[in-house]
Amino acid sequence: MFYREAGDFKTSYAADNQTFPIAFDRYRYYFVLFIAIAVIPFVVNEYWANALLLPFLIYAIAAIGLNILTGYCGQVSLGTGGFMAVGAYATYKLMTAFPGLDMVTITFLSGFITAGVGVLFGLPSLRIKGFYLAVATLAAQFFLVWLFNRVPWFYNYSASGQINAPERTMFGLAVTGPNAEVWVKYLFCLFFVILLAWVARNLTRGTVGRQWMAIRDMDIAAEIIGVNPLKAKLTAFAISSFYVGISGALLFSVFLGAVEVGEAFGITKSFLVLFMVIIGGLGSIFGSFAGAAFLVLLPVALKVLGVDTLGWPTDIVAHFQLVIVGGLIIFFLIVEPHGLAQLWRLAKEKLRLWPFPH
Amino acid sequence: MTMMQYEPYETPDGRTIGNTLMEMKNITLRFGGVVAIQDISFDIREGEIRAIIGPNGAGKSSMLNVISGFYNPQEGDVWFRGTKRPPMRPYLVARQGIARTFQNIALFDGMSVLDNIMTGRLNHMKTGFLGQAIWWGKAEKEETLNREKAEEIIDFLEIQSIRKTPVGRLPYGLKKRVELARALVAEPELLLLDEPMAGMNVEEKEDMSRFILDVNDEYGTTIALIEHDMGVVMDLSDRVVVMDYGKKIGDGTPDEVRNNQEVIDAYLGVAHD
Repeated sequence: MFYREAGDFKTSYAADNQTFPIAFDRYRYYFVLFIAIAVIPFVVNEYWANALLLPFLIYAIAAIGLNILTGYCGQVSLGTGGFMAVGAYATYKLMTAFPGLDMVTITFLSGFITAGVGVLFGLPSLRIKGFYLAVATLAAQFFLVWLFNRVPWFYNYSASGQINAPERTMFGLAVTGPNAEVWVKYLFCLFFVILLAWVARNLTRGTVGRQWMAIRDMDIAAEIIGVNPLKAKLTAFAISSFYVGISGALLFSVFLGAVEVGEAFGITKSFLVLFMVIIGGLGSIFGSFAGAAFLVLLPVALKVLGVDTLGWPTDIVAHFQLVIVGGLIIFFLIVEPHGLAQLWRLAKEKLRLWPFPH
Repeated sequence: MTMMQYEPYETPDGRTIGNTLMEMKNITLRFGGVVAIQDISFDIREGEIRAIIGPNGAGKSSMLNVISGFYNPQEGDVWFRGTKRPPMRPYLVARQGIARTFQNIALFDGMSVLDNIMTGRLNHMKTGFLGQAIWWGKAEKEETLNREKAEEIIDFLEIQSIRKTPVGRLPYGLKKRVELARALVAEPELLLLDEPMAGMNVEEKEDMSRFILDVNDEYGTTIALIEHDMGVVMDLSDRVVVMDYGKKIGDGTPDEVRNNQEVIDAYLGVAHD
């Protein structure tokens, strides 16, 4: 009733091909963008930004990155944490080596460095598939964390082995460091999220994306119609690592400020992002957002419900969270492999006909 | 050495059969001790429909895989458009203008029919990575241009109504048709069809036969096909290669092949004394 496409005719292939073919979706998307850009920065406070908004935005980038690799190109990766660490340490080295460089450039450069590392660790994908590739990327995860722990050059020989983000400003406003205001941090992350999500959508709807999906669905047939498997897989690794690297860079420089590599970028981070992608929906940009939102929101919601409302001990609630996430992973893998994005799609399909389904 | 030379001629139904497009010279393919193809030579002429037939295990599919670059033969050469082809990966073969379909459908199940077909346009899309990322101007224009070609093929094969359906949901016969569309949309010079009618009922076979003839007639595409249905083969093809146990036992027009004693023996069996 409220959600329909009747009378919404397409007269050109370009119009038929747009991201939100249904007018209602399009307006809602613009509305969300408007709220995100023009309303939230004015009303956001420290708690909401740090507990929800910043992690959501940053993990959404990582989830999009992993979704490109796993959801679109079908290459399983458990190295996300390691690649985020590459982004973080690249940012740190760049920030300290070139104090005059602005943060946007640094963040993008970190992305490119991570992309290079990602391609390197993506090379085995040309020979091995599925489970075995996952193990190879797991090696990347452990190797990278070990590297950043053991080679003092990466943390500038600091006594603690930690890296700390120095203060950097943009347009006279602190973006990183302890004096940065949350709304500046928020807008800084939002800029990357909007830009990267838009690029991801463009890549996945065109030839590049179709090559990735062809490799995912049937690599032999893909090669026979002209997809160069080497190029397709390595571009997927490069783009995915680029996204993950930027996410790691932002997590370190903007959100955490100080990082100890084993703690912030351990294997649990790889799994967290993988869960976001699985719960959100493999092969869907919207799913990446949904998954990130869900897993960022879940601990906060459980804390509010369990600790604040019901008065349970904190550790019990924390364990409950593990149980719930584990259960949800199993549920989604069995019942709805395409995740929240598919549920959303189904809901929209139903709404199109509602309340007269026949 | 060059390829076989022929004078063009016109068939009774008005199509022109040209000079040699592809020639296989003394191809031998072994898998360990198994000889899949043994010293086979034949040629495919421009514009013709060439059938490869033979009992199960004769090496027909292996031959198609040699043509499309999956297997590199131990001996012998593949000649295409007047030059000897070095061993090359399948995706490079595709760029030379050779497309194919598979015996067991090999579509991209997670993608829509339209996306499957658009993937077939791959070699015609040249926008670079950055252009794709920005999607402004060139990439979008190219997408639209290629979409037009894709829609032409969709019209041609009468699959308009399932354009946006995920391929995984389609019935078998339609999948076969979508696979043909995906191969056809690449505008190949040579189209390889591996058992296009396998598992179809009479009506679907008639449809598919009509499409194959139309493709050959309207687009002038040269077609090499493997098929078990003798009626279809004899009706469609201009020339037939017959294989048995990896060897070529017959080559010629359907009538010649039909009356070839060796072919009859291979199909009907023969008493060994």
